[in-house]
Amino acid sequence: MAEIRLPKNSRVTPGKHWPAPQGAGKVKTFKVYRYDPDSGQNPRWDTYDVDVSQCGPMVLDVLIHIKNTIDPTLTFRRSCREGICGSCAMNIAGRNTLACTHGHEECPGDKVSISPLPHMPVVKDLIPDLTLFYAQYASVEPWLKTETPEPQKEWAQSPQDREKLDGLYECILCACCSTSCPSYWWNQEKYLGPAALLHAYRWIIDSRDEATGERLDELEDPFKLYRCHTIMNCAQVCPKGLNPAKAIAEVKKMLVERVV
Amino acid sequence: MASYRTPLSRARGLGSAKHGVGHWIGERVGAVALIPLTIWAVYAVMRLAALDYYGAVEWISTPLNMTLMVLTLAISFWHMHSGLRVVVEDYIHKTLTKTGLLLLNLFVCGLAGALAVFSVLKVALGGA
Repeated sequence: MAEIRLPKNSRVTPGKHWPAPQGAGKVKTFKVYRYDPDSGQNPRWDTYDVDVSQCGPMVLDVLIHIKNTIDPTLTFRRSCREGICGSCAMNIAGRNTLACTHGHEECPGDKVSISPLPHMPVVKDLIPDLTLFYAQYASVEPWLKTETPEPQKEWAQSPQDREKLDGLYECILCACCSTSCPSYWWNQEKYLGPAALLHAYRWIIDSRDEATGERLDELEDPFKLYRCHTIMNCAQVCPKGLNPAKAIAEVKKMLVERVV
Repeated sequence: MASYRTPLSRARGLGSAKHGVGHWIGERVGAVALIPLTIWAVYAVMRLAALDYYGAVEWISTPLNMTLMVLTLAISFWHMHSGLRVVVEDYIHKTLTKTGLLLLNLFVCGLAGALAVFSVLKVALGGA
């Protein structure tokens, strides 16, 4: 059942306030979700007054600055710092995005909230447990399936057919889309979510793949696919500017094409 | 209790039901059919409001008006059932509650639809 309130032990309490150092330049306040599974306590909102003149332009720069100079206990994932690994996906000022490509100047208001991707189990602080999300990706069998004996060289593909993969192959599996989707919040055990469905379509539309029908069979399900109600949050938040909702709509169109 | 199911097993769940496209097409066909029917229904209500009972009975007794009225009501309740079913599936996850509400939805929409259709037929075929 959709829950209106968070379970008792998930309710976020007010936390510590870390004031800006004396003589700070430009100060901006960041309200960060903190959760330590070992403490046995509820999660809390810690607020950090950060001298943003001392750090880089991105929200990730601010987080690294907090960890290095204010509070070393703050935990988050990050790797490439250029929007290609997808590790630092989190909810910033109410919107899922990558901390490394989102400027703190872009965040409206003088208090910027930062929390983990919504509606996922939290491992610690800003780190969500994405195990199911990755398994859903694996469940669409994201690899080329063929029965025709392999050609001497590569599988040929026309430039036109290759173009059909544009807007799909760029997905970095950061999970911003799936965790912004209300259908995924309420039914993530059964609905595959926009990211996995975008990848499913990437293989369905691949001219070299020979398992198109089986792939469509696997998706035709009231929950796996049809929980998508074209809410479009996925396309709104995708930090790579992709449109998973359109990919899902294409899958739905192909299923109709099969029977009409 | 800890579950030792693998993540992939969880993601695959009970597998694909291999249906759903019919329901999806049905929702859209119903919606498209209701566009002209609803416009007609607005006209029909205005027309009927201007008539007394006997005039209304006479008007609804013509084959075209009777058919369109029956179709409007039947498709409306069928469409309502499809839509509410999705709402229940989206938000209700407890098996018993869900089954109960799905049945309630089917029975209430079915009863209301049947009642509406047979009422029109009784008036239209019963004569003034």
